[in-house]
This record gives sequence, C-alpha cells and structure tokens, in this order.
Amino acid sequence: MLAIIDYKAGNLTSVKLGLEFIGIECEITDQPARILAAERVIFPGVGAAGAAMQSLRELGLVETIKSVVASGTPFLGICLGTQVIFEFSEEDGGTPCIGLVPGSVKRFAPSDPMCKIPQMGWNAVESAREHLLFEGIEDSSEFYFVHSYYPSPSDDRYTIGQTEYADVRFASAIGRGNLFAVQFHPERSGRIGLRMLENFSRWDGQC
Amino acid sequence: MLTKRIIPCLDVRNKKVTKGVKFQGNIDLGDPIEMAVAYSDGGCDELVFYDITASAERRPIDIEMVREVGRVIHIPFSVGGGIETLDDMYRVLLAGAEKVSVNSLAVANPAIIAEGARQFGSQCIVLGMDPVRTDDPRFASGYEITIRGFRERTGLDALEWAKKAEGLGVGEIVVNSVDADGTRDGYELRLTRMISTSVRNPVVASGGAGTPQHLIDVFNEGAADAAIIASMTHTGEYTIKQIKDELVKAGVPIRRKW
Repeated sequence: MLAIIDYKAGNLTSVKLGLEFIGIECEITDQPARILAAERVIFPGVGAAGAAMQSLRELGLVETIKSVVASGTPFLGICLGTQVIFEFSEEDGGTPCIGLVPGSVKRFAPSDPMCKIPQMGWNAVESAREHLLFEGIEDSSEFYFVHSYYPSPSDDRYTIGQTEYADVRFASAIGRGNLFAVQFHPERSGRIGLRMLENFSRWDGQC
Repeated sequence: MLTKRIIPCLDVRNKKVTKGVKFQGNIDLGDPIEMAVAYSDGGCDELVFYDITASAERRPIDIEMVREVGRVIHIPFSVGGGIETLDDMYRVLLAGAEKVSVNSLAVANPAIIAEGARQFGSQCIVLGMDPVRTDDPRFASGYEITIRGFRERTGLDALEWAKKAEGLGVGEIVVNSVDADGTRDGYELRLTRMISTSVRNPVVASGGAGTPQHLIDVFNEGAADAAIIASMTHTGEYTIKQIKDELVKAGVPIRRKW
C-alpha cells in the first residue's frame, strides 16, 4: 500500500485521484504506524512552513518521516512536503524544518517589480542528472508550479532538475537515495505528471 | 520560463456546457465531463467551471460534477458559482478542484477572501470580477465592479477592489470585462494591463477572445498571466493546438508538450 501523509496542510484529494486514475492503490493517513508500514510514502502539502511543522509535531509525524526515510522506503515529497524536508525555511520569520536534505528554502526576491509572486503555472524542468522518476519524460517538459519559496540544497549533487523563475535557477527536483522531492505538482501536471507518479509506484528507492 | 496559460471556461447549466452573449440567449454546447477530457488531452493549461445558475436558483454547486471532473482530468481546474460559505469552498476543494472562485459573494463579504486564504491557502482562492466601463468621475480607474451576472452595480472601483483583494490574500484575479464579454472582438487590454501591473497576483484576462491574435495581444500588451477562452474553441473554430502554434510563432512562452 502507498500512504499519503495527511497533516492538515491543504488538499490531498488531487494526489489520490491521480494515483487512482493510473490504478495505484493508496490511503490518506495521519497514523505513524500506517505510514511506517507502507511500501511507499507520498508527502504532499500546500500552505505555509510554520503551520506545517507545527502540525507535523502535534501529530508526532516528524520522527515518523525520519524513520521511514531512514528505512529505505521510497519517499516522494511534493511542494510544501519538499520544502519542509530541508533544514530550514525562510518562511514565517524563519522555520527550522525536518532536515533530511542539507540546505534551505528561500523566498523569491525578483529585481523586477512586475514579476508575479507566487509563481503560478507551468514551467520547464531541465535535467541536471538522470533519475528513474523522469523515465519516459522528455527533458525540459513543463510541470505545474504554485509557490513563493524555493528549495536551495547546499550540495549540487542532490539536484536532479532545475527551473528558472524570478532571477533564480532553483532545484525543482531533488534526490537523495530513496528520497525524491519536487517543488511542482505531478498530480496536476497532466499526462507527464501521471507518468512521474507511475514511475514512483515502480521505483525501488535505488539510484 | 514560466509559460502563459490558456484556460477554457465551461459555463454549466443543467449539466450542460452553455454559452451566451451577455448572459442572454444561451445555447447548449455539450457534456462538461467530455469537454473537460477533450480540452485536457488537447493541451489546455487549466480549466474553469462556472455553475452559472446555482446562485440564481439558490442551490449549492453541483458537487458530483466537480468530483467527476477531478476523477478524469489531472490539470488544475477552478470552480465558481453557488459558493456562499467556507464550507462550500471546502467541499469543492475536497472534491478535487485546485481553486475556488468567488465573485458576488466577495463583494458582499470581503472577509471570505481572507478566511478562505487562511484556511485553504491563498493559491486556491480566486477572485472573479466583472468591471464595466464608466465615465462617472467617482471611479478613478474608469471601471466599476458589477455583480450577479452584470445585473447590479456595486459602487466599487475596479482597481481599488483588486488592490483590496490582494491585501486580503487572494491568490489570483480573473478580470472579466463586461464590455468585451461575448463580443469576440478581443480582450479589453487597457483594463487587463491596469490591474495586472498594479497587483502582485497573477491576473487572468477574460471576455472578448475571438482569434489567436487576441491572446497574443492580451499577453503582450495586456500583461496578462493567463487568458480565458470560450466560444472560439467550444464551437470548434480553433483548437488549443492552433492557438498555441500562433502564440509560439509570436514569441509568447507557452507549454508545448502535453
């Protein structure tokens, strides 16, 4: 079974609907035991880092997430789920996060006052290195993004895909062992996004 | 580079997609679910559904339709019409919509924008506005907000309303020109540009699309982040691909692989 972590951070329906459409069984759960027992785990979320970390702590999920990643279970972070696996986020006046990937999450600070924040819409993800989750997906395909903050790993070797917005070229896809994390929404990115979810459902967590 | 979005709008009434000119003389165009799938497969970037009779009939939005759309398409879609409360917003988002759109409700109760943004996140709260051109000097922008399908004037200046909504934490603003709606003579560029360059939010232009050139103009001159279309593709006159090919030729950044 694939578990989708529920920590009251936005709408999880679209992730579930996307997985069901391609025939992958899943459950939405906030129960640490269910998450630890799952074959694969998706960690989605939209909203703010401060509230998300608070909710994760209250539900006792911070340790659960660390354990599940340490155990080698294939793990997919999406959007806010990706941001809070870093060490620190600039959001909400500075928020210490889970710390599974070295680096931080920064706010877009474009020089052009006309540049819209959040980035909302489809933007290209350019390959930085090969990864099984991009199998069958053409390089520089566009995915759907909605965010005001972006991941900034402290080591380039974790960067799998890159995207340009608001004067920065940021890591929009990150990989570290059995952990894979994207800033965009594969569940909202049409056929290409579903292909990524399908790749995840077959991935054994090896690079 | 972030691409410009093309968003077909499906006005739904009695479970059929319909299109009228200035809210009069509606004709049925097809099944909303089938059209949603065809548009998604055809390369549109997002979809909008308005349950156009929900408000007038004082009934909640057709949630079963939203659920079915969510099951069959996997691109963002927003839903509007018949949203009265935070609970209505929640049901629409839970059914699979990415965004929920408020219009008349937000004029009557602007706090709903802030409450919705706090509860569900700014990114899923869309403000729809229907400004009409006016010479009345009380309206500095030259546009007054109307509600209830253009039937009522509100005394609100369009630009002031957009800025207020930005302050309340709205995610995105759809600017639907009453004057251009249904004319197919092109978007109202001045209005779109004025709003889009005055707020930090993405602005979606709506009303008046008839040819691919109209989209090129609204992205370039109107500074729109996205554009709503309806008749020009609903009737089969253009496909999304044809429109996108023209935009690409004109140098507008567009999603080309789907």
